[in-house]
Amino acid sequence: MPKIIINEKEIEFEKGMTVLQACELANVEIPRFCYHEKLSIAGNCRMCLVEMEKSPKPIASCAMPAEEGMKIKTNTEFVEKARKGVMEFLLANHPLDCPVCDQGGECDLQDQSLYYGVDKSRFLENKRFVKEKYMGPLIKTQMTRCIHCTRCVRFATEVAGVPELGAVGRGEDMEITTYLEKSMESELSANVIDLCPVGALTSKPYAFEARPWELKKTESIDVMDSVGSNIRVDTYGWEVKRILPRVNNEINEEWISDKTRYACDGLLKQRLDTPYIKKDGKLIKCSWEEAIGKICEKINSTDPNKLGAHVGDMVGLENIFAFKKLLSKIKCNSFDFREKNFYINSSDKINYLFNSSIKGIEDSDLILLVGCNPRHEATMVNARIRKTFSKKKTPIFSVGEPGDLTYEYQVVGKSTQDLKDIIDGKNHFKKQFLSSKKPIVIIGESALEMKSGQFIFEEIKEFLLKNNFINKNWNALNILIQNASTVGCLDLKFFNSNNIYESTFFDKIENNKFEIIYLLGSDNLEIKKKDEFIIYQGSHGDRGAEIADIILPSPAYTEQNSLFINLEGRVQECRKASYPPGKSMEDWKIFNLIYKSLKNEKLFYKHEDLKNSAMKEIINFSQIDSLPKKIIKDNKKINSNFDDETIIIKEIDYYFSNAVARSSKTMSDCRKIKLNLPKEGTNN
Amino acid sequence: MIKTEDKIFKNLYNQYGWDIESSLKREDWKDTKVIISKGREWIINEVKKSELRGRGGAGFPTGLKWSFAPKEVGSRPHYLVINADESEPGTCKDRDILRFEPQKLIEGCLISGYAVNAHVCYIYIRGEYFNEGKRLQEAINQAYEKKFLGKNAYGTGWDFDIYIHYGAGAYICGEETALLESLEGNKGQPRLKPPFPALVGLYGCPTIVNNVETIAVIPTLLRRGSKWFSSLGKPKNTGTKIFCISGNVNSPCNVEEEMGIPLKDLIEKYAGGVIGGWDNLQAVIPGGSSMPLLPKKICDTITMDFDSLTKVKSGLGTAGIVVINKDQDIIKCMARIAKFYKHESCGQCTPCREGSGWMWRILERTARGDSTFSDIDLLSDVTKQIEGHTICAFGEGSAWPVQGLLRHFRKEIEKRCSGTPIVKKKRNVPYLIDQHLLEKDNA
Repeated sequence: MPKIIINEKEIEFEKGMTVLQACELANVEIPRFCYHEKLSIAGNCRMCLVEMEKSPKPIASCAMPAEEGMKIKTNTEFVEKARKGVMEFLLANHPLDCPVCDQGGECDLQDQSLYYGVDKSRFLENKRFVKEKYMGPLIKTQMTRCIHCTRCVRFATEVAGVPELGAVGRGEDMEITTYLEKSMESELSANVIDLCPVGALTSKPYAFEARPWELKKTESIDVMDSVGSNIRVDTYGWEVKRILPRVNNEINEEWISDKTRYACDGLLKQRLDTPYIKKDGKLIKCSWEEAIGKICEKINSTDPNKLGAHVGDMVGLENIFAFKKLLSKIKCNSFDFREKNFYINSSDKINYLFNSSIKGIEDSDLILLVGCNPRHEATMVNARIRKTFSKKKTPIFSVGEPGDLTYEYQVVGKSTQDLKDIIDGKNHFKKQFLSSKKPIVIIGESALEMKSGQFIFEEIKEFLLKNNFINKNWNALNILIQNASTVGCLDLKFFNSNNIYESTFFDKIENNKFEIIYLLGSDNLEIKKKDEFIIYQGSHGDRGAEIADIILPSPAYTEQNSLFINLEGRVQECRKASYPPGKSMEDWKIFNLIYKSLKNEKLFYKHEDLKNSAMKEIINFSQIDSLPKKIIKDNKKINSNFDDETIIIKEIDYYFSNAVARSSKTMSDCRKIKLNLPKEGTNN
Repeated sequence: MIKTEDKIFKNLYNQYGWDIESSLKREDWKDTKVIISKGREWIINEVKKSELRGRGGAGFPTGLKWSFAPKEVGSRPHYLVINADESEPGTCKDRDILRFEPQKLIEGCLISGYAVNAHVCYIYIRGEYFNEGKRLQEAINQAYEKKFLGKNAYGTGWDFDIYIHYGAGAYICGEETALLESLEGNKGQPRLKPPFPALVGLYGCPTIVNNVETIAVIPTLLRRGSKWFSSLGKPKNTGTKIFCISGNVNSPCNVEEEMGIPLKDLIEKYAGGVIGGWDNLQAVIPGGSSMPLLPKKICDTITMDFDSLTKVKSGLGTAGIVVINKDQDIIKCMARIAKFYKHESCGQCTPCREGSGWMWRILERTARGDSTFSDIDLLSDVTKQIEGHTICAFGEGSAWPVQGLLRHFRKEIEKRCSGTPIVKKKRNVPYLIDQHLLEKDNA
């Protein structure tokens, strides 16, 4: 490996590194504003200047490629003088409004001016003022504070793939703006808030809510989609004030979607804080005893075959496990987790996972989307596809038309017949597919939901197996699961039979065959209620609670410890950051109550025990936070019926996809803008 | 003094006509085929031997620049880009080449394009040179008609096309990498170097960017030989140069002269002398507005070439000589130049964006007589904080003229610094107290 000398210390570095990265290897901290390792290099803040031997000028270390034998000095007077000079320029037109700035406490400029700033300003002229810009309901702007590092512009064009953000004007008059003062049409827009090193772009919903040092920080994971983005939940008292991304290069890198970040204000609204019972067509507050008593009475008086249960989209693994145990004790055998009847072959774990792994997308040389819109179904996966596309120009193809995905793709088919043609080799695309070395096929739930869902899945799997694209080193078969709880449910076999495609659960729901339906956090299941008795257990007064006869309040995802398995099969821990409101009780404790009232004994004694026994059920489990073991079973091909139908990718109401998001004012604002709804009189 | 036959641009004043027929009479396009048939190596060596230095301002040896381009064409094509974004205040040499000697430029493009393996040449003309661009296009069309350009240009077997691109009026687009950005359709902001354009330039391909004048002298240089060229001027500062003399002179003009001619000769002989006589001279900016000015004492003896001007801490730049006589307020002049740089800063990197405006404001204040002695040191600090800390040479370009002023006219400035300070300081107030708040008048 080549060597570089930094402050008279020899350091080995990898080829292609910059001087700044080499300095980091040597544990030398270089101040920077514009440099960000996930973005392209701009080199415009000039804060990272270092001294290089034989160069009369200081060099910008972030932009200079490190070379063998370079001699770099970072601790000389020359360097300090250069940096102090740059800092003085940065502060010259920067307002001194730190006391009223939301960035205070986590501001790069504040921190670095401690080392390179001067106590008094020599800038006696009038400071520049820049007009506020409208950037949508998420981003609050205070453009006078902008130091023109262009991180936000680079993020928008490179990572988010939207052209809306840019710089207009020249010199002193340069301004960062969304040219037409409209909001950024990206699901990743709020990441510019984290990127902004100063308080120019701050969080609008979080404005003046709290100071960073007042907040309790809990490392957790997100459950808005099945990606399991790593997040940090910041709480003040019991309130979740904000959600920030946590770096995990395997999953979300440094970004999270707007829904992940801003649905958190929904955790404060529409909460269920006490049990309710329906009397005379009205939901009335009641005690736990009354509610549980009523439930037991109903269960005892009903034929177990007429009992149905459904698990919602944000339920943790332990709770699914406990729920299933309770159901088996009361002999209920009709349960499911799917919101729509889509085909899943659960005989092998690889049949329902994103097997290439999210990071693996970067290694691929061809991507085929089958009936999915990753932009809305799994935003972070889409960001990774875009990264691969912009880095390597990976060709991307789609069967079905998903709309704008922020990158170019070619539609190779619109119907199942087209897909069949590809597999049979009637379409020239097959040749291109076979010539690739590491292709990826991503099958969406929309495709599996169709009549020929089974055909699509089984044929594609067979095709990939035949051409050796599913092996120990590379697995091209990927299912894009939409809900956070889905993989957990599949591992725990939370459905009726192995051949769940012919499940009767949905028939029974449709034909009102159940007498009792127990909904565990389930709001998206379509139920046309007749005279079923519906028990809803969940955190929000949403669609499920609306039709319920009994409501049992339980904590939301930030309020209890639970495990989630993401679409790659990675088991992650979602940690308790705050407390549920009122009389809410953790789900497994509620099951305990019910069971105790039925049989006078507890199902579980400690959460620890519950967690351990639930974890034993996870198929191919390796360890927490890592991918499952790669085990490929022999495939038994299931012959299935083929229907020629158009592949329609179901549009999901992105900002309103779950109960928390539907309760959130911020999400509702975003949705209005996205749908271009007319503004109400009160919001300007 | 240059002999008439040694002049390269014989039609600098348009006495003989600009069209291709007239140009052919002036020996343009003579022996071009022979020159090209001698091969790349020979051309580059000849240019190297002639010690021709780039005429755009920095004075980088042209032959050396060409030799940086990859010898063999790889997967990416090579490009030749001609920088005709002549925006330096006080400079108008390229304009007359475009208007009156376009065939010299076009022929130069073909030869240099061949030398650097480029089939395509872009000429980036500043937007304000609309008529000049039109004229150049006509000249290019004439050359196409004669089959001097296009497929098998001039029968040399080399395919060569020239395209004109107009700028939109930004000074910074004269910086080579900003020019390439602008040419690609992006915002004209300089790129980070390395990599240099010779390896990664236009659309990521190897690109050679040269000034109009540099390219326009190439055909004559090669026809008459490097020996002839280097016999003109001084060692390492060879050849002829078009000087643009403007400002307080009786007859401002463009004139082609040998390098190393005394400045006094230029002004007296060609520009009709300083208004009010040589003794009325206050200062001269020798190389376009970005070069530090020289006081009369130095102007008496200085010769106009790259190295001797560097010795007196100035530079030849584009050889746009701006004469300032004693009727002018030198601080106001420099404040105006600082305003120009404030207006033209691209805003990409911090020191130049914030510093150029700051310098202008201090100078503006000083010109009004509203500054204090401490402002002089502050001004000098600001120029030094900009210089050398920026992405491109614009930082130096904006700081140097102010440094020149401070170096040679400090006394003038001090005379103006009697004004009451904006913020009054009491020296005996303890440290770390916001001093200006102590005085109600300043609050």
